Amino acid sequence: MLLQMDWWIFFEKLILIGLVVTIALVVAMYSTYFERKIAAWLQDRRGPSRAGPFGILQPVADGIKLFAKEEIIPLTSSKTLFILGPFLAMITATMTSAVIPWGWTIDVSGRQVPLQIADINIGILYIFGVVSLGVYGIMIGGWASNNKFSLIAAIRGASQMISYELAMGLSLLAVLMIVGDLRMSSIVGYQIKEGWNIIYQPLGFLIFFVCALAECNRTPFDLPEAENELNFGYHQEYSSMKLGFYLFAEYINMFISGVVMATLFLGGYDIPFVNEASWGNGNDWWIGMIGFFVLMAKALFFVFLFMWIRWTIPRFRYDQLMNLGWKGLLPLALANMVITAFVVLLLNQ
Amino acid sequence: MQSLTNRKKQVERKPMTFWEKIYLPSIFKGMGITFSHLFKKTPTINYPEEQRPFSAVFRGVHILNRDEEGRERCTACGLCAVACPAEAITMEAAERQPGEEHLYREEKYAARYEVNMLRCIFCGLCEEACPKDAVYLTQTFAPANYGRKGFIYKKEDLLIPNPITDPEGFEKAKGTAKQIK
Repeated sequence: MLLQMDWWIFFEKLILIGLVVTIALVVAMYSTYFERKIAAWLQDRRGPSRAGPFGILQPVADGIKLFAKEEIIPLTSSKTLFILGPFLAMITATMTSAVIPWGWTIDVSGRQVPLQIADINIGILYIFGVVSLGVYGIMIGGWASNNKFSLIAAIRGASQMISYELAMGLSLLAVLMIVGDLRMSSIVGYQIKEGWNIIYQPLGFLIFFVCALAECNRTPFDLPEAENELNFGYHQEYSSMKLGFYLFAEYINMFISGVVMATLFLGGYDIPFVNEASWGNGNDWWIGMIGFFVLMAKALFFVFLFMWIRWTIPRFRYDQLMNLGWKGLLPLALANMVITAFVVLLLNQ
Repeated sequence: MQSLTNRKKQVERKPMTFWEKIYLPSIFKGMGITFSHLFKKTPTINYPEEQRPFSAVFRGVHILNRDEEGRERCTACGLCAVACPAEAITMEAAERQPGEEHLYREEKYAARYEVNMLRCIFCGLCEEACPKDAVYLTQTFAPANYGRKGFIYKKEDLLIPNPITDPEGFEKAKGTAKQIK
């Protein structure tokens, strides 16, 4: 039975997984660099400029530094959970990328290779499932540290993520009603045919974007890391590469949420007003590559937007955060969903 | 109540309007402001490579001057130490021996000359007090150091390079202090 399976699919997927994880890691690595650079530019400074030309090697230097640091596990912490925390954060951060269609299907010596690791029929639900697992990374890490500040930060992070996931899910439901499919590839396909979802769902996109900021624990919702109240946040007791994993997971999350937003609302790998699928003959590999770069450009734009927002807006107070989530975004998302449902019903009759 | 100053301002505590409550307009405004800063010139100077030009009268680290034959000018008269308000200068005098005429200009010289850079306030009074044109403040500013001991500059640290054996170094050191003859 096992031997009868198409081994090419196995290798093809393996290569894709390797590529996607590598790309996510490299992007996350250089996000740390550009975070500092953009912060510097927005504040009329220069930013890191010593390691290599323009400070290009800064993330490498940071990585080496983190690896070389002493590994400290607090005596009173629960060791297994303490180690498990950053791993969970990292794994959940990278797992989300599995269902994202990265480009047009390409033709590799007669085989049709879709640039997507798994085109499962519940794609978007899978993303939500994995993203909500991300809370455990924070929660377990903060809990196992056996430190009041870490615990408070972890609880803040968990409650914030749970409350913003609601509004996020509801704003997404409106998109799903329009598209009528949970499969990521058909969401993109629909947008290529009918136009980007952001046109039909501007409010939904706004809600989704704000919630994505909260999900990634980015400013103005970076309360789990509010250093003036919590010292350092849920990773207070962490050092060396375990800390690095947490920080890294955050940047991967940022990149992936940019990709998800680009896929759901900005047409994925589609170039607007151009029918690029008709270029070349059939599924040339370079058309797939163009699609991939278009998606990357969109995702990196979101990453830039996240950074831009971070260095512009101050942090919300915790009660303001909860007010905004429950009394602002949730009713808004509900209304948006109901109106969308009504309109979709009207148009279908 | 009568106000004490004319700067009193009545604080407004109006409830926020709808536009203010949804935050977004002001957020976009703020983001516009930060974005405009992306294209502004940074005032930062890349320090070790680039240096800020100082005025000609800038007072930095001291230098012990030599005359044109390369002899130390300092005669250890102690006027600089007396003039120093921070009491940063210590010196010990010694008599010039026969055969040392090429080293020291006068019969008396400073065997030890130390400036404590942690005490020094770079006021330049030593420079003004010196009758022999021996001590000058240059445009170098005090470099960092690891221990307190490193901040006590000895004679070897302060002496300008010899203009005869090391004319290049002398010119370089002199170039930082324009008023040296």
